This record gives sequence, structure tokens and C-alpha cells, in this order.
Amino acid sequence: MHNKTLAELSKGLASGDFSSSELTKHYIGRIKQLDPTFNSFISVTEEQALAQATAADSRIASGNTTPLTGIPIAHKDIFCTAGVKTSCGSKMLDNFIPPYDATVVEKFNQSGVVSLGKTNMDEFAMGSSNESSFYGIVKNPWSLNCVPGGSSGGSAAAVAAQLAPASTGTDTGGSIRQPAALCGITGLKPTYGRVSRYGMIAFASSLDQAGPMTRTAEDAAMMLNIMAGVDEKDSTSMDQPTPDYTEQLNNDLTGLRIGIPKEYFGEGLTPAIEQAVQSAIKEYQSLGAIVKEISLPNTALAVPCYYIIAPSEASANLSRFDGVRYGYRCEDPEDLLDLYTRTREEGFGDEVKRRILIGTYALSAGFYDAYYKKAQQIRRLIKNDFVAAFEDVDVIMGPTVPNTAFEIGEKSNDPVSMYLEDIYTIPTNLAGLPGMSIPAGIIEGKPAGLQLIGNYFDEGRLLNVAHKFQQATDWHLQTPASQIKRVER
Amino acid sequence: MSIEKSDIEKIASLARIRVDQSAVPEIANRINDILKMVDSMQAVDTADIEPMANPLDAVQRLRVDLVTERNQREAFQAIAPQVEQGLYLVPKVIE
Repeated sequence: MHNKTLAELSKGLASGDFSSSELTKHYIGRIKQLDPTFNSFISVTEEQALAQATAADSRIASGNTTPLTGIPIAHKDIFCTAGVKTSCGSKMLDNFIPPYDATVVEKFNQSGVVSLGKTNMDEFAMGSSNESSFYGIVKNPWSLNCVPGGSSGGSAAAVAAQLAPASTGTDTGGSIRQPAALCGITGLKPTYGRVSRYGMIAFASSLDQAGPMTRTAEDAAMMLNIMAGVDEKDSTSMDQPTPDYTEQLNNDLTGLRIGIPKEYFGEGLTPAIEQAVQSAIKEYQSLGAIVKEISLPNTALAVPCYYIIAPSEASANLSRFDGVRYGYRCEDPEDLLDLYTRTREEGFGDEVKRRILIGTYALSAGFYDAYYKKAQQIRRLIKNDFVAAFEDVDVIMGPTVPNTAFEIGEKSNDPVSMYLEDIYTIPTNLAGLPGMSIPAGIIEGKPAGLQLIGNYFDEGRLLNVAHKFQQATDWHLQTPASQIKRVER
Repeated sequence: MSIEKSDIEKIASLARIRVDQSAVPEIANRINDILKMVDSMQAVDTADIEPMANPLDAVQRLRVDLVTERNQREAFQAIAPQVEQGLYLVPKVIE
């Protein structure tokens, strides 16, 4: 059963091949058997999952279903789940049991989707390797000594190892697309404002966006159908029409204009990834697409710009963790200041503290103009590059990441080299555009991702473009089966 | 631009994070590496560029000023480190 896509599981449930309870038990069993090796889950909610599955089976029996009713998925541990621990990968929230559901979680619950549990992640979503989690590293199912990427590393590993058929993720600078690329799955970061951020623990509020992590573009469309839409509880969610994303999947690609940004093929890109991307582009040409070279001249400024904007917003957002109302509190505080400063020293990990300090510095008196305002101006230049490019093309393509999965520990002592891993994903967040990563090759046993960037609110086209590629190729069907077998023994 | 060890103490105090003296040089080095990386922004002329706070240049939606949430004090305080009679407890502030 675990080889099936959401679309296949949906059909199987509808035709009575198996029940939601059987399916849920099957995945819980796999998680128990295999996840001690991968560590992709922080919490497994077996009891709740089985209760949801029973309820889903009744819904199915009475015909009151949605396409995903009865299908179990996983949620990144950044989404608040009422009554279920939501840690955000941090000691600070190790004891945090939210009194409410995130809008995304509520929507899945209302659709009858079963939640298997909460997936591991970099602490407060700050990282590209999942090594900053309080709950330990996650192993890449394709290569157990390698990272799964981050920050949605647990979500990506769980889907790749077939411990869940799909998962939610969030992406602030590449946190859906980069782990999707490194684990050989499909990941979509929608347009900023497309999906509600309510109940999604904030990292950088002008960049954060939730999206699906799945095996196929069709599955991502099914997930986005539930997730997308304006929410009165998130004033930055956008009131835009939400089409049925599965309807456009098979649109013909003849005449599709693909832009290839020359800046995404420069120094630092692994030659084998470049070859994989070029092969994918050739595949698109054979599907009728027209390829044009384009320029996004301010690409090199994206990482510097991001590492001012994201830490600045984080320093403001994370000021709420003060040991007073919820979460960790230090032992025996001497006075109020000691309570705040020691709670935050002990509750946050090194990378989170580093980013709070950088953000505090960038926003402090005398430095605001040189850092934060400057970064916001450069952010507009980066957006303008994309706006100009989309006058001539329908979709932009390039690599998702410059390298395949790196080894655990390889970059953990060098933050700047870790930050540069996100060079191709960060510009999309700064501009607020939707981006996707789909499997497009395997290099020395590790997956390579193709990135697709679309125009604002054009997720339907991105999913269509990804789906047509997946109809013509089989990279998305590759799994780390031999690795998983070794773990099963 | 680079920061000194004394700056770290000031920033840490603004951020309300206690930093152990022995960790200050390492933190300063790491932050300076990052500041060096972001310095390339300074070479760009942005004189006439409007700063962008929201990628869609969207503004906050306004709504009618009505009470929309019910009081959930008990649920919220159930997860607090220390409460008494509906109040959050912290170390004594006024002697």
C-alpha cells in the first residue's frame, strides 16, 4: 500500500480495496519499524490517527467524502495541533501543547484526512540540513550518512521512505524545495499569501509559506486544493480565486515559454546536476515548450539580502518566547530579567540564537538603514528581475540546489557555506513567487531536483508543467527501496 | 562592517539572551563571517528604490471592530509554567 500515490490511495478507498483504518495501521506499523533509523517523526499520534481513520471510514460508508478522506498524512511540527505537542524542533516548545489547530491542520481535519503525527525539522525552521533540531538529526533515506535537507527534512524523509504518502511543509528560504530535491520527492511552495499562516509558528513572516510535499505533482495538486485560500485569521493571506488544481494538470505544453536564468548555472553548481537539469529541459522541448535564456541579474544579492531580512523578522517573532505564558522556563529565576535571559539562553539552540542576535543587530539604532532598509530595497530589485522576466516567459527553470545531499556534519560548523546551499531557492521567497522542486535525476545514488518557478498565483500552471514531465519520465517513481530494505532487515 | 566582542554583549542584552562570557569570541567570529557575506549589498546603489516589506506590496486588511474571539483563559493558562488565580506568575518585580 505504501507504494501508492495519494491519487491511487483515494481510488482504493473509494472502491473499497482497503479501509482507512487498514491504511492507517499499515503506515503506523511502518513508522514503528523504520523510523527509529530515519528519525523523521517527533511525535507519532497513533491513538488519534486510528480514531480519525474510524471516523473517516464512517464518512466513506455514508458517501460524505472529499478526495483525501481517510488518507493518512504527516504534518511538519511547525503547525499547531490542538492537544498534540507542537515543538517546532525546539527545546523551547518541548512541553507546548497548543490549545488550537493551525488553519492548514483544521482544513485537513475537516476533509477527513488522518494525521499520523508531527515531523522533525530544523529548530524554528532555521536550517538547511535538519541538524539543528532539538530532537536529533534526520537521516536521508537514500544515503543514511547524508542529511535530508531542511528545514522540512523530517517531512521529506518520511515521504521518501514511504512512512507517509504526503506531508505538509513550510518554506521560508527553500525549506520545502531543498529537502524535496535532496530526498527525491515533489515539493511546492505556493505564492506568498496563497495558504494561511495562522497557527504556523512564525519564523520570518514576510517570507513563510506552507505547501505540500508529495511523490507526484498530481498529489501536490490534491493537497493544495485543501490548503489554499484566504483566511480571515491571517491578514496576509490573499483573497484570490482558488481553482481546482487537478483540472489543469493535463493541459498541453505546446508553446509554453520556459526561461532559463543564466545566473542559476554559474560557479558552484555540480556539473552532474547541471546535466540533469539540461536533460529535463530537452524533455520539455520534446513536449513542445520553447526555451529562452533569461537573466535575473541580482541573483547573487539574494542570500545576503535574505540573511538580513529573515533574521530581523525572526528576532521580532521569537521575542514571544519569554518563559511566562507557555513553553520552557528556566529553573529558579532570580528576577524577571534573569527569567527572560536564561530561559532564552537555555531554550534556544545555537543557530536560532545566532539569527536572533544578527536580526537584533540589523534592527538596532544606527544600523537599521545600512542593513534592514538596504535589504528591503534589494529585495525589490530581486522582485523586479522576476517581474521583467515573466513578461517574456511562462515559467522559469533551473536547479533547486547546487549539490546533492551532503554528509551529516559536513557543513554544520560553517553557517555561511550552509546558507549558500539555498542560493537558487531564496530569490523566490524574497519575490513571493511560487516555486516547485521535482525529481529530475539520480547522481551517485542521490536524487537531483529540477526547480520550476511560476508567476504570482500561477500554481495551477506549475503543477501542470510538473505533471506533464512526470507523465513523460519516471524520476519521481524512483525510491530508495534498497536502502529501506536494509533497514527493514 | 564588523562587530566587536563588546557589541555582542549589548546585542545579547537587547535580545534578552544570556550569553556566557566564554562563548563571546566564537559568537563574534560567526556573526562577523555572516556580516562579511552580507556586505556585498553595500556596493549596490539603492538611492531611489522603495523598500519592500511585503512581496505583493499588500497592506493589512481592515475589519469591523467586533469581538470575534471568546475568552479561553483557562485553556491558555493550562499550558503556562506558573499561574495563580488566573494570573501568570513571574519573579517579584516591585519590592
